[in-house]
Amino acid sequence: MSRVSHSLLAQPQVRLGVTLTALVLILAMIGPALAPVSPQSMVGPSYGPPGPGAMLGYDYLGRDVWSRLLHGGRSVVWMSFAASALALLPGAIIGMVAGFSRRRLDHAVVWATDVLLAFPDLILVLLVVSMLGRQPWLIVLTATISFLPGVIRLARGLTLGISSQEYVEAARLMGYPYRQIIVHEILPNIAPPLLVQFGIMLTWAIAIFSVLSFLGYGVAPPTADWGLMISENRTGLMIQPHAVIAPVVMIGFFALGTNLIAEGASRAKARIKPRRSAARA
Amino acid sequence: MSDETEGVLSRTQRFAVPSWLYWLSARLAAGLATALAVSILVFGATQALPSDPARVILGPDATEQSIQTLRRQLGLDRPLPEQYVHWAGRALMGDFGRSLESDQPAGQLVAERFGNSAALMIYVLLLAVPSAFLGGIALAVRRDSLLDHWLMNLVILLKALPAFVIGIGLILLLSTTVFRILPAVSLLNPAVSPFLQPLCLILPTLTLVLTIAPVLLRQVRTAMIEALQTEYVAAARLRGISERRIVWRHAVPNALVPVIQGIALMSRLLLGGAVIVEAVFSYPGIGNALNSAIEVRDVPVIQAITLIMAASVVTINLLADILTVLVTPKLRTPTNAGSHPGTRAQLKLKAGPT
Amino acid sequence: MSVLPSEACLLQVRNLSVSLDDGTRIVDDINFSVQSGKILGVVGESGSGKTSIATALLGDARDGAVISSGAVLIGGRNILDLGAVELRHVRGAVVSHVAQDPALALNPMVRICDLLDEMLFTHAPELGKSERQRRIREATSEVGLTVTPEFLRRFPHQLSGGQQQRVLLALAVLLKPRVIVLDEPTTALDVTTQARVLETLRDLSRHRGIGAVYVSHDLAVVSELVDDIMVLYAGRIVERGTREQILSNPLHPYTRALLEAAPDIDGEHAVRPIPGHAPALRERPAGCEFAPRCARSSERCSRKPELKDIGADHSISCHHAMATPWLAERQERPAPMRRAAAALATLSSVSAHYGHNPVLSDVDLELPRGRCTALIGESGSGKTTLARSLVGLVEGARGSFVYDGRPIVLHGSRSREFRRKVQYVFQNPYRALNPKQTIGDILRTAVHHFFSIEGAEAEREIASSLTRVALPPEIARRHPRDLSGGERQRVAVARALICRPELLICDEITSALDVSVQAAIIDLLRRLQQEASLTILFVTHDLGVVRAVADFVAVLQNGEIVEHGSVHTVLENPGHAYTQSLVANSPRFRR
Repeated sequence: MSRVSHSLLAQPQVRLGVTLTALVLILAMIGPALAPVSPQSMVGPSYGPPGPGAMLGYDYLGRDVWSRLLHGGRSVVWMSFAASALALLPGAIIGMVAGFSRRRLDHAVVWATDVLLAFPDLILVLLVVSMLGRQPWLIVLTATISFLPGVIRLARGLTLGISSQEYVEAARLMGYPYRQIIVHEILPNIAPPLLVQFGIMLTWAIAIFSVLSFLGYGVAPPTADWGLMISENRTGLMIQPHAVIAPVVMIGFFALGTNLIAEGASRAKARIKPRRSAARA
Repeated sequence: MSDETEGVLSRTQRFAVPSWLYWLSARLAAGLATALAVSILVFGATQALPSDPARVILGPDATEQSIQTLRRQLGLDRPLPEQYVHWAGRALMGDFGRSLESDQPAGQLVAERFGNSAALMIYVLLLAVPSAFLGGIALAVRRDSLLDHWLMNLVILLKALPAFVIGIGLILLLSTTVFRILPAVSLLNPAVSPFLQPLCLILPTLTLVLTIAPVLLRQVRTAMIEALQTEYVAAARLRGISERRIVWRHAVPNALVPVIQGIALMSRLLLGGAVIVEAVFSYPGIGNALNSAIEVRDVPVIQAITLIMAASVVTINLLADILTVLVTPKLRTPTNAGSHPGTRAQLKLKAGPT
Repeated sequence: MSVLPSEACLLQVRNLSVSLDDGTRIVDDINFSVQSGKILGVVGESGSGKTSIATALLGDARDGAVISSGAVLIGGRNILDLGAVELRHVRGAVVSHVAQDPALALNPMVRICDLLDEMLFTHAPELGKSERQRRIREATSEVGLTVTPEFLRRFPHQLSGGQQQRVLLALAVLLKPRVIVLDEPTTALDVTTQARVLETLRDLSRHRGIGAVYVSHDLAVVSELVDDIMVLYAGRIVERGTREQILSNPLHPYTRALLEAAPDIDGEHAVRPIPGHAPALRERPAGCEFAPRCARSSERCSRKPELKDIGADHSISCHHAMATPWLAERQERPAPMRRAAAALATLSSVSAHYGHNPVLSDVDLELPRGRCTALIGESGSGKTTLARSLVGLVEGARGSFVYDGRPIVLHGSRSREFRRKVQYVFQNPYRALNPKQTIGDILRTAVHHFFSIEGAEAEREIASSLTRVALPPEIARRHPRDLSGGERQRVAVARALICRPELLICDEITSALDVSVQAAIIDLLRRLQQEASLTILFVTHDLGVVRAVADFVAVLQNGEIVEHGSVHTVLENPGHAYTQSLVANSPRFRR
């Protein structure tokens, strides 16, 4: 394990990714404690320029952009992590079982994922949210469901690859119980790529949840939220760009940071080659 | 001294036609089944799930009277399966009912907006696909060079950023703060064909291209790198074949399959991206129509648009699978079922999982 | 084969060295020459560097390696001095290369006719269409391909293995090169197909005056074909001479050991493994590389020996050249043939299908208790299917299977006891062990599953089973990736043994291994049989291995058993025509 994290942190991109992600996470978590004023109170002129006491100026209602920025990350952060984590474990299990079991069950699972994959991620969430309302947990759950097919397919593909390896056949021949084979033979070998997939899902989740709040389906105003801030202050883009630039930069950092870590992880994995790889010995 | 007999061929000729025909019909059937399930899902989400769609649509202040009228209008007082069949039947004819907001036929409304989105997508594809394809090949050939290194960093950056971040970024760059050359909002004149109003299309097109092309480029590059590392490419080099011929005649055909599958995947991204980009640039296309329909819960329009989008994805995937078979000789020509005569291949017989 | 003036030799290699990018030498100071119409066999096990030499003859080195010094002179011209463009012209036209695995070396997307045309376009663009067709016809008929227009339009996957290899040969001779380099071209082929392709190669070199370099690990194949032999070990030449000299009186300890480790279908000597294993690329000793494994090593061996001429055309690189003639030292066949015994397992009327094709038809097989029965056949014969049906891995297998007096279903659930008693070892050692577990974990799980023992008692079992397969007990702490192929295969055998089986099924377990490693495994199996009276079913395609390891043999052709009997009888006096042709076509040492 330490070999992996060594080669991981050796890459400059990964170090950058960790820095960016950490920055965003810290800001989101302890930001509210650092805000100079309440994010809801109107303390300045509408679209007022930056000045002393208001580093980033004022938004369209005259609220302090910096304070709103510090408060605005929470929902994106928790929802992204929640949706990705919730999709990972069930998706991996279903994928492993599908890849390891009889043809019929496998075909059924593949077909079901095809159905879900016919909907672009955002459309599915919008569809459900429009009809059933916009409770945060509902949004997270729908996003989880739209991520599931991807994880299932990945886990299934990996499992199929592993299952054809002779050591899995040997385990079956020995009569090891199914559960033992899946947990001890298959899972350790597919875990690394799945963890990389978690990172990639996180990036998508960030995109989806920030767009949702941009479109107005996330938290309701006057709560501070990065996506919402972008759409709220768009009309004043020419006069007071900071009200838009700041949240855009935060979302960008978050997405980029997680992606760099995921990329680095997949590259680190590829680099750890076996010491002897001759075809004959 | 003769070689191995014609036994190989005669045994396979018997199976020539049926094998891929079986596959095609199975694939079509699967596609239809998927489309069916998709329609049930759309129907379920919009008409079956909400306990009383009419109440949901009209909001909490509606009178009992208006709710009942709407219910009868939408046919909600009949049993669910009957509603579905009725709805699906009409949908196949293009009749999605009347928009609850404007009372126009929903299908017609969608068709009008569809043209604008189609124009946008065509431009995007015309730009994104060739550049990603050629770029991926070029980078694979110059792998690990400085150009490759920097471009791949750029690709990763663009791939990571959400589409609307790219869109807003472009607005900031080209419309407002830095340069002020392009309109930030694409107000298309509905009377004129979108193809004749290029200025309005540039920013949305560019945003989508920057969202999608990096993903495809990455896939092309990976597929090409793999193809260039195969035994047959090495053998061709040792025969003195020129590098250019090796890239285009030997490597590229083998990299096509992952690329075809990649383009199919892109269709999903493109449709989802369209909604976002049209919202950011206020582009009057199908994505924006969906957005407004959702705001007022205009069920027929929502149904029409989501169904069309999902059906397009299913169709594109079907076409991609067919194209894959056409492009891969191994899949479309008959082979000897089982092992390769003459070689010591290991027989892999069915035993549990594939 | 001393170094003649360059005009008389077609190919001359001087002081060739190939290294990795970081400077580690793969092969060092290689010198040899090949005359027109002659074939040189380059023999070595994995890690000896033979493939690096093969590609260096075309001026190529694999990724991460460079040709660090030396000259490759073909017709007096040094290939290594040429620029990129000239080198491309030379490759394929002056010197050509034939790869090992024909299925991988042909582009699946390109038709055969296009491949052939491409060669002509690239090297002789001035030729007209009819001239091109004539050349293609000429080349293909020379390599024994009957070519119709329909055949040329096929894709590689529509050809049999032998046909694919001949296509590669045709590509190699199309432009009438002066030298052909063949890198184990028949390794992936069936015995019968291999025999025919070798015949083609012999004709090509005799009649066309082409000089050929044939790289291989298989001494028997090499002995049938070549005029001169060069033996490599750990990147250096250890012995070089004519075929007669090397095969009848090898002087280097390694050459002798290699010959003694190679299975011989005529059974004139027992298979003897070489102790130790070949050094890894970066772990080569400073002095003679073979010294750690050599029975005759001494103080002097800490200095690298030079390649010295002993007699005409015979050179050797050793401080202790063997003085006594080889024949006097060879070990006689140890034990007499063992007699038949009662059957432990009996298969009757077993049939299996793959889709619509029958794979096994009405097969009867008896496995005598305590004896090793070999199951031999070529690809498509169904031998692996038969072996797998014994452990229930074949769906739709029908017939009866009686084990130890009790009937067992061919496909269905089996009791734990039965699973314990019948163990299976797979062909590919690189996929047989879970890379994420240590050797100890793998063995512990097995012993816990069947005997419910753990803790100190389990560790004792693990240590004892590792010792039985001649592996140090400390290896239990390592992961499969730290082990060589031979070691991994031994671990697979240990995993089987730790269950105290009665029947051990070995599915081509030595096919992917080097000759000396194969010898060690064969030796191990013989020992285990004597110690534990284990019943073994040994599936293979190699008659030499059958002679070395088995007591009885069953010959499988197209899903039917065509002959069955003691190894001695079947191999000395084959009854069935198919067996006769197998025996006749198997490569053997011709001295």
